[in-house]
Amino acid sequence: MEQQQQPMGEAEAEAFEKFKQCAVEVLQVDAKAVTPDANFADDLDADSLDLVELVMALEEQFDISVDESELEGVKTVRQAFELVTSKL
Amino acid sequence: MLAVFPSGGHPGIPGRRVAVTGLGVVAPCGIGREAFWSGLLGPAPEGPRRVKDFDASSIYGPKELRRVDRFTQFAAVAADEAVADAGGVAAMGVDPSRAGVLIGTGIGGIETLEDQIHLMMEKGARRVTPFLVPMMMGNRAAADVSMRYGMCGPCEAIVTACAAGTQSVAAGARLVASGRCDVVLAGSSEAAMTPIGVAGFANMTALSTSGLSMPFDAKRDGFVMGEGGAVLVLEEYERAVARGARIYAELAGGASTADAHHITAPAPGGSGAVACMELAILDAGLSAADIVHVNAHGTSTPANDMAESQALNKVFGMPGPLVTSVKGITGHSLGAAGAIEAVALALTIANQTIPPTAGLTEMDPEIHLDVVTGEARPWTPGPSLSNSFGFGGHNGTIVMVPPS
Repeated sequence: MEQQQQPMGEAEAEAFEKFKQCAVEVLQVDAKAVTPDANFADDLDADSLDLVELVMALEEQFDISVDESELEGVKTVRQAFELVTSKL
Repeated sequence: MLAVFPSGGHPGIPGRRVAVTGLGVVAPCGIGREAFWSGLLGPAPEGPRRVKDFDASSIYGPKELRRVDRFTQFAAVAADEAVADAGGVAAMGVDPSRAGVLIGTGIGGIETLEDQIHLMMEKGARRVTPFLVPMMMGNRAAADVSMRYGMCGPCEAIVTACAAGTQSVAAGARLVASGRCDVVLAGSSEAAMTPIGVAGFANMTALSTSGLSMPFDAKRDGFVMGEGGAVLVLEEYERAVARGARIYAELAGGASTADAHHITAPAPGGSGAVACMELAILDAGLSAADIVHVNAHGTSTPANDMAESQALNKVFGMPGPLVTSVKGITGHSLGAAGAIEAVALALTIANQTIPPTAGLTEMDPEIHLDVVTGEARPWTPGPSLSNSFGFGGHNGTIVMVPPS
């Protein structure tokens, strides 16, 4: 059974907007394409170095630190966003 | 052009003939060969020669544009024009494994490196872009061009300062002459007009303090910095004829020598340049008396122009063939200069016109050359030569002859 996603709270929605801005700027994609289910490789044309650059922007934006090893297995926007919010 | 040079009593082995079938250029006086040619015949600008209104968005998407250094963008735009000029990749119909790319540079992506060093000092090493290495590496322009056109033969970058362009064109032609390639995109690019680049050249007193580029002039006081890129399509002659390609010129000879003397000063009397020109003329199966025109390196530095003029006198006698330097217009675009001037020479042949040496008003009395000044002069069809010399003592010469 598919896990039901909880609707985002206000703080979370605000954080996702910031996340989206970073993705739009770094990946040069349309904001509408940056949905939680979007796959970096398939939907956002982002390779592993794109992801590294995105994480740098996110570290700046959210004042967090993400180790390279934590990016392993991160394939979707949701996974990346959860990685970020886990550090807030 | 020879496939193998003579040595130890053995005669050289003649190579296949090489046609120039496409030209592309990005220069401060014009983007594209027509604007460039008009610029060469126009008035000299003042001060540093930057390429204005440059836009590579026809080649790169918005994401790539931020991740490709300016020097690579120059080469990519020039290559695109050259390939289109030659009729496009499909019309060339070349086996990808026999298609090469030789695009040199003097320095590479120095603007990117400089920006990223600033960023690192300000925000720490963790903020350095993961694209730094592929942006700054001197082989990036060649790599991008090979990927864009699917050319899988030799793809290399010659890095010999201001000789890089001419040496790339000569080496590219050799790949065709020797039979390794049927088509080579050969050229060079440079985008080093950054604060650190300018400071480096200024502090070695190579740059003009007057801001005037005056090749061979008595008052010349150094070179004026420029930037840009150019690419030529070099193609085996018979196949170019067979497919009905426009042939600008035959690339008939090329040579590369080293002064082995001093890291920045030319060898006394331009001896390395003499050897280079003589070898290039031999490579073309010609003698010095056949040469009707020389597109000189002519940087406007006291040392270069004197040594080059001495070398020209040694090879050709006094005053020798008509000489011009386009650097009065373009400034000195370092590694890009040789390819830009190879395009200028091909257009000189196509238009049967030698552009004048802008900025030259009072000939240095110590220089004994027949330099084209003031107005353009007609080019009498005949073998013509282009020189480039680089810090490190690198000399490059190519010989073009009108298509037969």
